[in-house]
Amino acid sequence: MALQGTHLGMNLTVDDLDIENTAYFGHCARHDFRLQRCDECSLLRYPPTTACPFCTCLQSTWVPVEGKGTVHSYTEVHHGIQPQFQKQTPYLILLVDLDTQKGAPTEHEALRVVANLVTPEGALAGPDQVRRVGIGTRVRMVFNDLSPGLSLPQWTIDESAPQPAPWRYPE
Amino acid sequence: MTAIDLDATSPKHLADKYAIVGVGETEYMRGAGSGRTTRALGVQAIRAAMNDAGMKPGDIDGMLSYSSNDSTFSTFMAGDLGIRLNFYMDVFGGGSSTEALVGIAIGVIEAGLCKTVAIFRSMNGFSQVRIGGTGARAAAPLNGDQLHARAYGWQSAGQMFAPSFMRHMHDYGTRPEQVAMGKVIHSEHASNNPKAFYKKRVSVDEVLSSRMICKPLHLLDCCVETDNANCIIVTSADRARDCRHHPVLIRSVVGRCSKPRSDMHYQHGPISTVAGYYGRDILFPNAGVSAEDIDVTGSYDAFTFTTMLQLEDYGFCKKGEGGQYVSDGTMRLGGRRPNNTSGGHLCEGYTHGIAMVIENVRQLRHDVDDSCPIGPDGRRQHTYDYREGGCRQVKDAELSANLGWASPGTGSAMIMRRG
Repeated sequence: MALQGTHLGMNLTVDDLDIENTAYFGHCARHDFRLQRCDECSLLRYPPTTACPFCTCLQSTWVPVEGKGTVHSYTEVHHGIQPQFQKQTPYLILLVDLDTQKGAPTEHEALRVVANLVTPEGALAGPDQVRRVGIGTRVRMVFNDLSPGLSLPQWTIDESAPQPAPWRYPE
Repeated sequence: MTAIDLDATSPKHLADKYAIVGVGETEYMRGAGSGRTTRALGVQAIRAAMNDAGMKPGDIDGMLSYSSNDSTFSTFMAGDLGIRLNFYMDVFGGGSSTEALVGIAIGVIEAGLCKTVAIFRSMNGFSQVRIGGTGARAAAPLNGDQLHARAYGWQSAGQMFAPSFMRHMHDYGTRPEQVAMGKVIHSEHASNNPKAFYKKRVSVDEVLSSRMICKPLHLLDCCVETDNANCIIVTSADRARDCRHHPVLIRSVVGRCSKPRSDMHYQHGPISTVAGYYGRDILFPNAGVSAEDIDVTGSYDAFTFTTMLQLEDYGFCKKGEGGQYVSDGTMRLGGRRPNNTSGGHLCEGYTHGIAMVIENVRQLRHDVDDSCPIGPDGRRQHTYDYREGGCRQVKDAELSANLGWASPGTGSAMIMRRG
């Protein structure tokens, strides 16, 4: 049975045929963030794919990955497109370098996972938090539970980590 | 096979063997919209290009188009215009398509599939399918891979590209007022283009004080969505000599050249580098010229930032100095290398890149459609006075470069020369 859920007014589905995304979001539903590790070259990859982008191997194993990282870039959206997002501006879209495997297999690579900035409870972050975050901010992963089988990973400020002064768009 | 067949970056033997002989367009419309189907718009644009070339329906036997589930098809165009096709193909895609399809046209003519190819793009980009994703598209259900992007309100082109733009500011100290100059300069050019949708000149302050869409993009950093159709006609240089205008020859083409990890290009950095970094090693060696030799550019301006990033990564300036390049007057009419002399997508109208090729064809004919007086020979007498409402012809333009953009991860390009 396909994974289904509703998020901010949007209907989300992962079909059974979509084996990789079914596994990825299935782990997220258990708040157990996992990525595919290639059985041949041992490199992790994101987003979920059928073949390893580094060696083409078709076999992989889902392994736990720590949901911590650093904001690599971001945008602060003031003009939402989807109706529910239009009501919650400004909101942040964060492109985050996971700590795991950063700089491998080459210095140009990182596992970069996109999500919104949310509160520790998972609600879209308001203006006070939005203003604190930029390139360099340390974040940790939390989950939005949409249905018993489907959760979306999200980012929240890692209050337990030392925070460098982030780079923000000049005001 | 020889090395020359294997290596895309080796100089090839097709430079100058093919030409663009006809260009045509509808008007650029918003407000009440075009009031026509994309089928009707496409027919008008192709017919205009045929007339421009001096061609009859029997002279066209190939057709190519691109669209994103928002347009008509070659079979309808050919039927409506009485054209019998020996080859056609309608491909999926947007901004990186024009130059890539010119490359395909050269290939299929060279392979003997047909003789002359009309390439068109027809869209009601304002009144029907908005590229920005607003309207019906905003409420579409999400499936599978889309959960990694759209579920986070990461959907429109501006939202999708913004991480590259922000990272460029972070990495190189690029300033908002530098990038805003792209809009300022293109608006100056548009003020000399009677068919541009926005003809009003704007200032840096007006760009920076327009409302924020998504950082770093203000409203005036974004292009204007319009209803319109465009067409260009490609044929051999031999046939080009029988056409109405001075031939414009194709020296080299780059087609949808991509960064690594095209499934999600942000996985491979630096993300402030775009596909032009790879495309330039095909574009210039195949053309046998360098960036320094180019007289006029058409660098895709879906956003002010896209123009800058492409000019930088194709090597028109040093990496990281794009902010200075787009703001120091180089790309202004009268400057060293004007860019988007029609006003581009920021001001003229939005057609996914093909209009910038049309503009450079006219530049290389030395016959842009500005407001200069028409002489007794029926040709415009260009004044080279670039003040508002005046000339926009680049003096003695011999070589142009078009830099097409699909995303930070994929782009196309083309160098043309006056025949």
